[in-house]
Amino acid sequence: MTANISANISADALSGGFAVPPVAAAHAFREVLEAMARPGTIRRVAGAQPPAPLSVAAGVALLTLADGTTPLHLAGAADCPAVRGWIAFHIGAPLVAAGEAVFAIGTWAALQPVARFRIGQPDYPDRSATLIVEVDRLANDGPVLTGPGVEVTARLSLPETAAFRTNRARFPLGFDTIFTCGDRLAGLPRSTRVEAG
Amino acid sequence: MTDQAYNFAYLDEQTKRMIRRALLKAIAVPGYQVPFASREMPMPYGWGTGGVQVTAACLTPEDRLKVIDQGADDTTNAVSIRKFFQRTAGVATTEHTPDATVIQTRHRIPETALKAGQILVYQVPIPEPLRFLEPRESETRKMHELEDYGLMHVKLYEDIARHGTIATAYAYPVKVEGRYVMDPSPIPKFDNPKLSGNAAIQLFGAGREQRIYALPPWTEAVSLDFDDHPFQPSKAPHDCDLCGAADSYLDELITDDLGGRMFVCSDTDFCAGRRAAGHIGRLGAAEPEVVP
Repeated sequence: MTANISANISADALSGGFAVPPVAAAHAFREVLEAMARPGTIRRVAGAQPPAPLSVAAGVALLTLADGTTPLHLAGAADCPAVRGWIAFHIGAPLVAAGEAVFAIGTWAALQPVARFRIGQPDYPDRSATLIVEVDRLANDGPVLTGPGVEVTARLSLPETAAFRTNRARFPLGFDTIFTCGDRLAGLPRSTRVEAG
Repeated sequence: MTDQAYNFAYLDEQTKRMIRRALLKAIAVPGYQVPFASREMPMPYGWGTGGVQVTAACLTPEDRLKVIDQGADDTTNAVSIRKFFQRTAGVATTEHTPDATVIQTRHRIPETALKAGQILVYQVPIPEPLRFLEPRESETRKMHELEDYGLMHVKLYEDIARHGTIATAYAYPVKVEGRYVMDPSPIPKFDNPKLSGNAAIQLFGAGREQRIYALPPWTEAVSLDFDDHPFQPSKAPHDCDLCGAADSYLDELITDDLGGRMFVCSDTDFCAGRRAAGHIGRLGAAEPEVVP
């Protein structure tokens, strides 16, 4: 029995959380808040070591925002035993299908079609999903962003523009996005207008 | 010194995550009131429990906190909230607006322009701008959903019909990014222009009413008005009697029972800064020493 349990929960699953959760989560949240409030800015975060294929920033975002009350969807390669074990131990979020998720994590390709995710209700637009999108490259170039949080214009290397233009057209409904790359992240709330760069 | 009996910034981590999720949704839909599970705080509702919970969810140990009550750093509400976070979060505090990273405010926006990297947290009593016009939450929620704000314009029109001008002087409603009508909390309408296009993040917390809403930086917030009765920010038509400022919001103080009164800046840090820089108002000179 003991051997079975230790086989199911690998040692990796138990490590990689925040060393001092209240302080690490406070630092991480401020970076996420600044990123979401200022689309186009790229912020650096630290403190989590999630198993592959999750990036440090994705792990930090999950530890900071997700818990047992937030259904989570793992898309594509992120849906693997190592990640499931790590989330079960550190976060405890129930793993669900895309349509029920409060948070979803994966590459942009794995999250397709994004129309599956919740966009809120007309009377409660906050009841929508937040997508944590793992990208290979995150830089201030490419599509042009305008809207709340952007003084004039900003640029962010989005994986595409059409999906985000569709998302903006449904405002105040829509999903919100956090892009993660290594230990950096950027936010793209539904309020941002996106033009091909 | 941090009180070790409490978690950092008083609230438990699960509660902070819940508030943080609400804050991010509030940022994503500017002006929309996000419901949140407001907690009992060690102070009564009406003393800024919403603002305190938002501040607790935002604070980091390196922050420098400023708390103001009607512009003043030294009034009861401001002093007790500042001490609360000194004890439970161990954060540094300041009265100087440019030095603060997080500012919790009751009913004023500081005179000194805010900058990127600062967060302004408002204490909100009634977050619903339509509440005094329509008491049913089910109806006001539907009105926000349908963007049906005719009732608010009727209210402003009735002001004009009755008083000849829009008499609403505080909690003056604004329309955010052309979508949601928002109550900016009971700030004087003098402060309304500072809501719009502000470089800082503005977060609003209503504890008793369990709502959080936000204005991201550089967000447009237009005070509602009519073409023939444009919005006019107002203040007492005087200069500050202590520092001589002509452009700051003033409190009127009664100084004796013979009709004596003086007008002073509501923003104590702004006024003290001006006096330190040598500006002197009508009554601002040092009292001549009484020689016995």
